[in-house]
This record gives sequence, C-alpha cells and structure tokens, in this order.
Amino acid sequence: MRSTAPVPTASSADRPRLARHVRLRFDPARGRHVLLMPEAVTVLNGTGAAVLELCDGQRTVAGIVAELRGRYEHVDDDEVRRFVDRLAARRCLVLGDREAGRA
Amino acid sequence: MPSAVEGAVDGPLGLLAELTYRCPLHCSYCSNPIDLAAHTDELTTAEWQRVLAEARELGVLQLHLSGGEPLLRRDLTEIVRTAGELGLYTNLITSALGLTPRRAEQLLAAGLDHVQISLQADEAALSDRLAGTPSFERKLAAARLVKELGWPLTLNVVLHRHNVDRLAAVLDLAEQLEADRIELAHTQYYGWALRNRDGLLPSRAQLERAQGVVRAAHERLQGRMQVIYVLPDYHSRYPKPCMGGWGRRQLTVVPDGDVLPCPTAHTLPLPRASVREHPLAWIWEQSPLFQRFRGTDWMPDPCRSCDRRELDFGGCRCQAFQLTGDAARTDPVCHLSPDHGLVAEAVAAADEGARPRDAVLTPRPHLAARRSR
Repeated sequence: MRSTAPVPTASSADRPRLARHVRLRFDPARGRHVLLMPEAVTVLNGTGAAVLELCDGQRTVAGIVAELRGRYEHVDDDEVRRFVDRLAARRCLVLGDREAGRA
Repeated sequence: MPSAVEGAVDGPLGLLAELTYRCPLHCSYCSNPIDLAAHTDELTTAEWQRVLAEARELGVLQLHLSGGEPLLRRDLTEIVRTAGELGLYTNLITSALGLTPRRAEQLLAAGLDHVQISLQADEAALSDRLAGTPSFERKLAAARLVKELGWPLTLNVVLHRHNVDRLAAVLDLAEQLEADRIELAHTQYYGWALRNRDGLLPSRAQLERAQGVVRAAHERLQGRMQVIYVLPDYHSRYPKPCMGGWGRRQLTVVPDGDVLPCPTAHTLPLPRASVREHPLAWIWEQSPLFQRFRGTDWMPDPCRSCDRRELDFGGCRCQAFQLTGDAARTDPVCHLSPDHGLVAEAVAAADEGARPRDAVLTPRPHLAARRSR
C-alpha cells in the first residue's frame, strides 16, 4: 500500500514548522519531549527535540543548523535535513516556503 | 520503544474516553454494547476531570473523546479545557451532529486539538439510511466549519458491504471538503456489528476493487490528503495487534467509569475495574483485569511459540471469546488458529452472494439516558 513517490527534500532555505495538528510537549512522566498527533505519539531524543523547538516557520534549515552549532559540538547539516525530511514525509512538519499563505 | 525495567509496567500513551453511549445515529455496525441500558449512570464532570488528572500522571498523552456521541455531553467543553490544561492532546471523534458554530467555537477556545468526523457514505440517501437518521447535510456543514475554524480535518469512514463500492466517490467528497486525513476502516465485528455481521461482511471481489481505489488515491492525493486504509481482519492471514497489546499502550474508560483494556472488553467474563472504586494507576498496573492478558505468558499455542507473538499479541481477546467462548484462545482470524474455520465460513458465505444485498440490519437503538449531572 505504500506509495513510492519521492519524499520532500528539505533545502537550506526552507522554513519548517510543525503541522497544525501536531504538538510538541515535554512529558514529565517520561522525562522526554514528545510529538503528539491524532493517532501517534513519538518520543523524542534530546537532539530531535532541540531541532523541533527551532522549527518555528521563521528560521531556515540553515539557521537551525547554525543555532544548533552554537550549542553542540558536532552538528551534521545533512543529518538535520534528513530528520526534517523524515518528519515532513510523515506530515509532522511543513516546509514553510512551500505552504506560504496557509494559516 | 524500549520496554521499561523488568517487573515495572510502562504507562499508557492513550486514553479513549467514551463519555456517553447516547447517540443520535443508529448505525448497524456500531461496536457499542448490546446492553446499552446497563451503562447509563454516566460519570460526572468532576469525576471525568479526576480521571484525566490521574491518566496524565500515569503517562497518558492523548485523549480521544468518543462515545456514543460526545457532543451530547453538555460539559464537553469543560472536559476539553481540563485536558488541555493537563497537557493532553485532545481528539474529538464525532458524528458531527450537534457541532454548531457556537459549540465549535467554544471547543476551539477550550483548546481542542483535532476533530474527526464520521461519514457513512458519499451521498445523502445512502448515508442517511445507514445512519438511520437524516444527518448527511449536517455532517458536510460541520466538516466545512471545522476547516473554516482552522482545525485539521480527519474523516472516518467505516466500510462494509453497503458502502465499500462507493469508496471512489467518498474519496472525491473528502477531497472537496479539503480533509487533511481520511481513515477508511473496515467494520470490526463487535457489539451491534457482530449481531449484523452477515449483512455487513463484504465479498472478496468488493475488497479487491476497494484496494485498487485506495492504491490510486494514495498516488493521486500524495502530499494533500493522508489516506489510511485499515484492512478487514476477517480477510487477513494474521490478526490485528489489538490495542497494540492488552494493557500495553491504551486504555478505555466507558460512560459509567469502568476501565477497559479495549472498548469492547466488557463482553469478557473478567472482573470489573471502575474509577469509582479504585485509582486509575492501580487499575492499570495491578488490577486482575489488566493483568489477565498482558504480555505473552498467558498465550496458548500456536501463539506461544509463534515469531509474531510480540507483533500481534495473539490478536483480539474479545474476538476469540465471541467466536470460541474462550478469551484465552488464539484469535480465530489467524490462519494458524485451530478455530480459523469459524472465520473462513463467514467470509465464504459473504463471497457466495446468496444473501440479498439488502439483508435486514438491526439498527442500534437510541439510549434514554439517566445522567448524573
């Protein structure tokens, strides 16, 4: 049943933000950040949560990488983009530029 | 996700709150209990608020508000507000009857995160016949309202013999309504649906056509609408991983406060557990009901030695009980089950087409409720 169409590929100029139905929250019961959607819960690791907290529709992917480099020693640009890609493919993130004008 | 320390029970992720079994619709595929009248002593607003706080503490992150029709609870907005304040993701599962602009705006202001609206078919005559009441036009109006207010829109369609051939038109309608997601789930045979099973089961030919339609829709709607298609378990080789495993990820609280590992587990001959008598944490972690089929130790063969035992958890306990009289047997849906013939016979009968297409279906009745508040 899975589609074979290519997933969106995040460019450095994209401004990702959480999709409207998605919430990023800290879960004190588990001590982790979680991504909440109608039918799924994703428990995030620290880096994943750090990336998503910066996905505000204002910062570009390049900006997010730069910001992370100020906090962590090794930040791989491709790795961040792949993470953004994966979440965009799951419709958790929208790549801001492509959906400009939507609320 | 890794399992916790040995001996400890992971907290649940999701709570299905069946706020009331009252419903304006009469769908013959409803999985609500047959003995609706035995469940009319509904929890009060304060009781639900306490349950939600306990659930959050236990680790619940998602709250699905369902029923029956949750909008028939006049305190729904208060319940949503409390859930939001606790940090729960709130999802309303509704027929949309009663989702007036005023009500919708109140729910939005209270922090409701997501709305799922049920559709019965793509056009009024069939939809209203299946729902047992004029409702189609109101559903469309409510779906448009949901979009206007900026919520994401999910449509839920329960599929069966009488609407599965309309799938392409249902998808067109969903597209017109600009739905963000559509869940197409074949009927699960519990409650009223089990009673009506022989009139609801689709034929294999119908299923094959439906799968073709879904495949095309996946491609056509890629990136615009998420199409989720849940295969009917009667036609699968292996059973569904019911609730992701008994007492493992999800719990259900029904209108009168009974807590269940799944919404239909009250059909099983097991001791009850109620939020009116025990804290939710005790029920989840220690009650005999939740312990009974947790993990894999309870399993008989062929599950016990099966490689898939951690994938499907032996399937559905309610289905095993309904079909064999023993809740601890392998789900007869599994082709490895010694009882698989029970399912194969029903499926074969649906293929023969010997029955008239419009077999008489028993609609679920209204429920005259005694409300606590």
